[in-house]
Amino acid sequence: MFYRESGDFKTKYVDDNQTFPIKLDRLGYYAIIAIAFLVVPFVINDYWANAVMVPFLILSIAAIGLNILIGYCGQVSLGTGGFMAVGAYACYKLMTSFPEMSIFFCVLISGGITALVGVLFGLPSLRIKGFYLAVATLAAQFFLVWLFNKVPWFYNYSASGQINAPERAVFDFLVTGPNATAASKYLFCLVFVFILAWIARNLTRGRVGRSWMAIRDMDIAAEIIGVNPLKTKLSAFAVSSFFIGIAGALFFSVYLGAVEVGEAFGITQSFLVLFMVIIGGLGSIFGSFAGAAFLVLMPVFLKNVMVGGLGWPTDIAAHLEFVIVGGLIVFFLIVEPHGLAQLWRLAKEKLRLWPFPH
Amino acid sequence: MSADFLYTLEVILNGLMAGVMYSLVALGFVLIYKASGIFNYAQGVMALFAAMTLVGIQTGQVPFSHLINAIFGTEVHHFGWTVPAVFAIILTLGVMILFAFIVERYVLKHLVNQEPIILFMATIGLAYFMEGFGDLMWGADIKTLDVGIPSGASVWLEDATIGWGVEGGGFYGFYIDKLDMVAAVVAIVLVVTLTLFSQYTTTGRALRAVADDHQAALSVGISLRTIWVIVWSIAGFVALVAGVMWGSKSGVQFSLSLIALKALPVLMLGGFTSIPGAIVGGLIIGVGEKLFEFWVGPLIGGATENWFAYMLALLFLVFRPQGLFGEKIIERV
Amino acid sequence: MAAQNATTEPSSKAPIMEMKNITLRFGGVTAIENISFDIREGEVRAIIGPNGAGKSSMLNVINGFYHPQEGEIWFRGAQRQSSRPHEIAKQGVARTFQNIALFKGMSTLDNIMSGRLNKMNSNMLAQAVWWGPARNEEIRHREAVEKVIDFLEIQHIRKTPVGRLPYGLQKRVELGRALAAEPKMLLLDEPMAGMNVEEKEDMSRFILDVNNEFGTTIVLIEHDMSVVMDISDRVVVLDYGKKIGDGNPDEVRSDQAVIDAYLGVSHDD
Repeated sequence: MFYRESGDFKTKYVDDNQTFPIKLDRLGYYAIIAIAFLVVPFVINDYWANAVMVPFLILSIAAIGLNILIGYCGQVSLGTGGFMAVGAYACYKLMTSFPEMSIFFCVLISGGITALVGVLFGLPSLRIKGFYLAVATLAAQFFLVWLFNKVPWFYNYSASGQINAPERAVFDFLVTGPNATAASKYLFCLVFVFILAWIARNLTRGRVGRSWMAIRDMDIAAEIIGVNPLKTKLSAFAVSSFFIGIAGALFFSVYLGAVEVGEAFGITQSFLVLFMVIIGGLGSIFGSFAGAAFLVLMPVFLKNVMVGGLGWPTDIAAHLEFVIVGGLIVFFLIVEPHGLAQLWRLAKEKLRLWPFPH
Repeated sequence: MSADFLYTLEVILNGLMAGVMYSLVALGFVLIYKASGIFNYAQGVMALFAAMTLVGIQTGQVPFSHLINAIFGTEVHHFGWTVPAVFAIILTLGVMILFAFIVERYVLKHLVNQEPIILFMATIGLAYFMEGFGDLMWGADIKTLDVGIPSGASVWLEDATIGWGVEGGGFYGFYIDKLDMVAAVVAIVLVVTLTLFSQYTTTGRALRAVADDHQAALSVGISLRTIWVIVWSIAGFVALVAGVMWGSKSGVQFSLSLIALKALPVLMLGGFTSIPGAIVGGLIIGVGEKLFEFWVGPLIGGATENWFAYMLALLFLVFRPQGLFGEKIIERV
Repeated sequence: MAAQNATTEPSSKAPIMEMKNITLRFGGVTAIENISFDIREGEVRAIIGPNGAGKSSMLNVINGFYHPQEGEIWFRGAQRQSSRPHEIAKQGVARTFQNIALFKGMSTLDNIMSGRLNKMNSNMLAQAVWWGPARNEEIRHREAVEKVIDFLEIQHIRKTPVGRLPYGLQKRVELGRALAAEPKMLLLDEPMAGMNVEEKEDMSRFILDVNNEFGTTIVLIEHDMSVVMDISDRVVVLDYGKKIGDGNPDEVRSDQAVIDAYLGVSHDD
């Protein structure tokens, strides 16, 4: 009743094509943007930034990137961690080689470099499909992590083998390094999230997105109606890796500050992002956010309850977390294989009629 | 014979032994994939879980002792008895069969007719669950597993081959772990048994029928659910064998579950549905990665075993997408 | 969509496509053996034959999905080199499939829009910011697609995911996707399989309308003989990968080899 589309007529194709055709959705979207940019930065503290908001924003970017590849183009990848590592190390090399370059461009170029690497590892997708491809992307995962571990040039021959983010500022506000404030880190990531989510939406609603989905739904038919599989698959790998590379660069420079490649970008990271996409909903940008929020918040919540509330040792809490995450994933797949995004869609359908039964 | 040649030979032999281990894990994958079309990522964690349970039962650990202690403030950890290896193995097998029932009842039954990729994700979830559950139940510390399999260098083999080298050439005979030899024998026995089982028993025939076509199998009165329990039980048994072998070799710890990742390229090489493929693929990868590490590894920093198998499988697939034993795929519209 | 050459007599037209001595093998199996025939501009050309006669394989050869081992294909005056299907689609060949091959995850509108993918070419960057060219292109093609939607009378299911549609409508959407490409030649693989009489009549009407209004050449595989005889200009008959008959419906109907193939004469020799 309160959420409705009746009376909301469209007389132009432009109107019909907009992202939120229903007025209430549009208002909600503007409200969230306003709060995210104008309210949150003033109330955020270090704990919320480091434990929740910054990882949530960064992993949302990664989840959108992976969702483009899996959810829109149907090419399963388990190499997300490896591609994030490419973004992180590219960013590190750029930051240390060109200290004057703005951190903004460092991150952006890191995304571009990752896109190239992604295309390279996407080439086999032209010959291999399904599980075989999923397993093949593990090659990227293991090879890239090994590469960054074994070739000292990547970590500037540092004794520890780690990479550390030097201090960089945007408009005199530090965004990387130990002295960066919560608000500036948050805002810096938010800008990226905002722009990238918008780009993702644009790409998925037009020509490019339709070719991706055609390949996903039926690749042979897609080729016969005129979709070039080579260009389409590689463009999905490129865009997806661009997003994931930016996520990796931010993850290293803004969030962690210091990275040991095997720990930060191992296969666990690949699975984490994959879970976000699944739980959130394949082929949905909103779902990528929902999935990221869920998997970032849940461990924080569990930790607070079990360690903070019940006083259990942390290792037991960590084990229980595995049990719960694993259980939830199975549960979600059984109840709603299309994830939180689908649940949200169903809820909205119900709301259209509420409080009337028909 | 020159020492270099003999060293290479030794590397190949060790590669073959490692390959047998990979095949063992890959076998579990193939079994489940053939019978249910599920690519069971949890196979490696099942091996870890089986090994942990075996050690736990053998040494008389109290299950969930950490959790109990945390909740009730008690200090329990062991019952104070030990169980002989044979009984412990039988009990563990029982646990794995129980696990098969639970998986069928609470997971698979609800996921009938889902896309393969969804099922695959479900097994990743299952793997996470089991990993946490196993740690909660038996603790996450590294355990030593000893069920009486001989280990250490085979003195007999070293003595027999020491004379092959040039006098003073620094060659002291082939070094091969006895454990590896036992594993090889066990793997061969297992493969032969499973092949006979699927070829000559009624259950085996039903299993192959289900693999070919679920609906057709249902229509001739084969119970899909029973078959799934049987298949997952067999996979649990294979996991137990793999867990015992790997656990005896390098201790029962988290890294054990990563052998699943080692088995994946084996499957890509051999094809997901071929038992001989799993064996041959395993051997190729075992030998390949040992030789690569031996020849090229020192030049590029070592630890190439982490990715070599994947790269090999990847390159191979690009040129022959259907795998070693697969038939040429004819696409239809 | 200009109504080009709408009502001229098809038999007087030059061939748009010629198949010369086509042979297609899969390993040891010969699916098509030394078949030649032509397709004239603006005609409705039917390919008929019993199951396994090689009809679908023939269609797959025409749109480049299978590459025959021997023979030549001439399309609009030029011999076709071995091209990929998407290149052939760009040259103006569209098709529908025997088992519906719609994009299940997309709405009716998006499915039909995807038929115009090979006419869209705004670059990735413009797409990313949804700026000028990309946006205008989208609107322009949307107008063309709306015409197809009107033509096929499926306005009411525009935003419905195709997976939820009944079989007959799915077939219609698939035809819409092929029409959206404004093809020179349209290949229809059993467009009426599994339909009831009314749906068949609707579909026949659409096919004839497409042929008349847009002058599109139509190549059709169909098992329902009454439909084939009614709507096609010429018929080619295949059996066991060989051509056993070719001509207008009446000629084919009275051909002894064709009658034998359909009524079943032992092939054991």
